[in-house]
Amino acid sequence: MGHCGFFLFRMLAGIRPGPALLMSVLQQTYLVGARSLVIIMICGFFVGMVLALQAINALQQFGASEQVSLLVGKSLFRELGPVLTALLFAGRAGTSVAAEIGLMKATSQIDAMQLMAIDPVQRIALPRFLAGFLSLPLLTAMFNAFAILGAVVFAIGVWGMDAGIFWSKLQTGILFGKDFMGGFWKSVVFGGLVSLIAVYFGYYAKPTGEGVGTATTRTVVLSSVMVLIFDFFMTSFLV
Amino acid sequence: MKREYGDSVSWQRENSLHDPIICINNLVFHRDGNVVLDDVSMEIRRGSIVAIMGPSGVGKTTILRLITGQLQPADGSIEVNGELVSAMSHRDLYKFRKGVGVLLQNGALFTDLTVFENVATPLREHTKLSEQDITDRVMEKLDSVGLSGTQELMPHSLSGGMARRVALARAVIMNPEIVLFDEPMTGLDPIAMSTIGRLIRETNDQLGLTSVIVTHNVAQMKKLVDHCYILASAKLIAEGSPQLLTKSSDPSVDQFMNGRVEGPISFKYQQNQGGGAAQSS
Repeated sequence: MGHCGFFLFRMLAGIRPGPALLMSVLQQTYLVGARSLVIIMICGFFVGMVLALQAINALQQFGASEQVSLLVGKSLFRELGPVLTALLFAGRAGTSVAAEIGLMKATSQIDAMQLMAIDPVQRIALPRFLAGFLSLPLLTAMFNAFAILGAVVFAIGVWGMDAGIFWSKLQTGILFGKDFMGGFWKSVVFGGLVSLIAVYFGYYAKPTGEGVGTATTRTVVLSSVMVLIFDFFMTSFLV
Repeated sequence: MKREYGDSVSWQRENSLHDPIICINNLVFHRDGNVVLDDVSMEIRRGSIVAIMGPSGVGKTTILRLITGQLQPADGSIEVNGELVSAMSHRDLYKFRKGVGVLLQNGALFTDLTVFENVATPLREHTKLSEQDITDRVMEKLDSVGLSGTQELMPHSLSGGMARRVALARAVIMNPEIVLFDEPMTGLDPIAMSTIGRLIRETNDQLGLTSVIVTHNVAQMKKLVDHCYILASAKLIAEGSPQLLTKSSDPSVDQFMNGRVEGPISFKYQQNQGGGAAQSS
């Protein structure tokens, strides 16, 4: 944990803002963020559908099925959006970053950089970390949007709920500060957490095929566990 | 006197008048309790091409890593241009490495960058040259290794020999004083080996470099280098011109230079001092 913290300090302390870093971050944002969009959108859509289905089934028993959009919205913005996006991001982008850096190590590219007097932490790890940090809140927003769309399709399209009730309950029930911003801060923290774990395990992977495999496995396992642990503590502070 | 690739060694006599640029003094290096290098001394003269040879796993690449400051010796010293490498701070080490080009075993090209960007990387990182100047210099170096026209290719579409030539262009793009080659010919076909050999000789002489080559390819080294050091069982067992070493009566040198199975250099695992197992050949 301490070593990982030192690694984060090493990345941030050596930042040299400039066009080269900006280009590198943009390129990595495309690779880790934009390329994760399809999986995020598909998963978001079906999570929204299933949430609406479960909510309608549960609320019907109390005669409160018109509250479905409120229940779906609160669950999504506060918990499911940031947490599920972070878990998907760890599986899709975190593993890819860890494997890419590990492979660079196994093929002596990191060595070559050090020998060219280029700091690989700044050149390789930092842009990927910043890209992940920026991408996750944006991906969470996309996940939430597609989940709401999924809920709309099921609740209004399939179940036949009145659209006016659905949207008015959602608009009045979701609070900007507690619900929306609470989820936003979680996604910011999870973005930093997953990206840090991915670049750290990739950078310190053993330079062998087995080492790269271990780094990717550790990335997805530790990221998932840490996201859930941090989620509990952040929820207890934010609520 | 200009020396061509494949010429014999009269050039070396002239070269021996040059001052030493790398001095390795009584070097000792341990890894996991094993003695990897024991009391190794070398003097590499400016402008020469020197080979460090020996069986696989004997510690040849370790010497390169010690010269570049990636590893620290347990005892002894390495001086480059009179400066003690082991005493350099992190900042000084990075400054020192800007004057040293390194070609790693597999070329180690950056797989996410084109050939052009690979060669341009050191210039972009360490100079403030304009885009036009960077383009001119990169194209000149690519041309000198016979690869103009490949600038837009990705490393995965290059053959082994081409990748090694791109890595050579990248290693000399900053006009370093010293270039270190780690097994530059391993895995190449005979034509590619000779091409790389000729390029090393031409680049060394045209740019006034000092080249240190780690290898176990005896046949190529006979054509290329001015001076050889042979390591076996953690010790420096011989040095001299390749022609001289080929005729050596020392059983270890004779075994290595002529590729004999029987001899004092063991093919089996040996237990080194310190308790751990080490492969001696």
